[in-house]
Amino acid sequence: MSDGPGILGPMADRARFEEMTREYMPALYSHALRLTRNPSDAEDLVQETYLRAYRGFPTFGEGGNLRAWLFRIATNAYINVYRARQRRPEQRDLDGMEEWALHGAIGGLEAAAAARTAEIEALDAMPDEDVKRALDELPEIFRQTVLLADVEGFSYREIAEITDVPIGTVMSRLHRGRRKLEEALFDLAVERGLVPEKEPAGA
Amino acid sequence: MDCYEIREQLYAYLDGETTVWRRRAVARHLEECPPCLEGYTLKVTVRRVVAQRCQDPLPADLESRISALLAAEAAD
Repeated sequence: MSDGPGILGPMADRARFEEMTREYMPALYSHALRLTRNPSDAEDLVQETYLRAYRGFPTFGEGGNLRAWLFRIATNAYINVYRARQRRPEQRDLDGMEEWALHGAIGGLEAAAAARTAEIEALDAMPDEDVKRALDELPEIFRQTVLLADVEGFSYREIAEITDVPIGTVMSRLHRGRRKLEEALFDLAVERGLVPEKEPAGA
Repeated sequence: MDCYEIREQLYAYLDGETTVWRRRAVARHLEECPPCLEGYTLKVTVRRVVAQRCQDPLPADLESRISALLAAEAAD
């Protein structure tokens, strides 16, 4: 049972909120930085997230998933503030189950096994900046979904709740986002001379 | 399941989001099919590398700035 503002008053509530949410701040900041691609925007986004979370804290259910709840607030804050600023109509164009199924089925098999091993070694040797660059170049909705899965380790169901889309959409975004990321990393590895270029298809 | 079907399942397998039955079928296929196993290893590697390289340090004073922000909010 919630006591609303709390019998100990607002000071104690704030202390309790900070105590409970502090551990998630580094992850929220890293996530915000990859979303906004800009340190000062990322700091603003984390501050906005904590402010919204603090205001909404009385509605947060005891025993609920606090980490997912905070990421959901961060996602909404990002959409409200930053995407509104950009007005990019990419979301509708990028989703679509049929296309991802086709892409996945046809796209997966070309790369030669020998290139694969070199690629795996190249990935580990790749500097942080290259990995971040490849991520930064992903379309926003793919980037967001891949980060929630790969960096934060959220389940499909949690990502669906955080980003407010059906699980099927989460899966399609993850599938396509990871494919694009693999391609981008591969291209960077080629650019750096870490792996040979792909053999032409059918060779 | 053939290689195409397996490759459709690899991300869900990687994420631990498959059924027990599918999980077993994918695991068995990967044991027997080096090209699919290479593909899977690549996906595992990408996931690990992304997770490792995206840990940015928290700016030193952000926590105290947020604390001040919340104090001001509480005072309203």
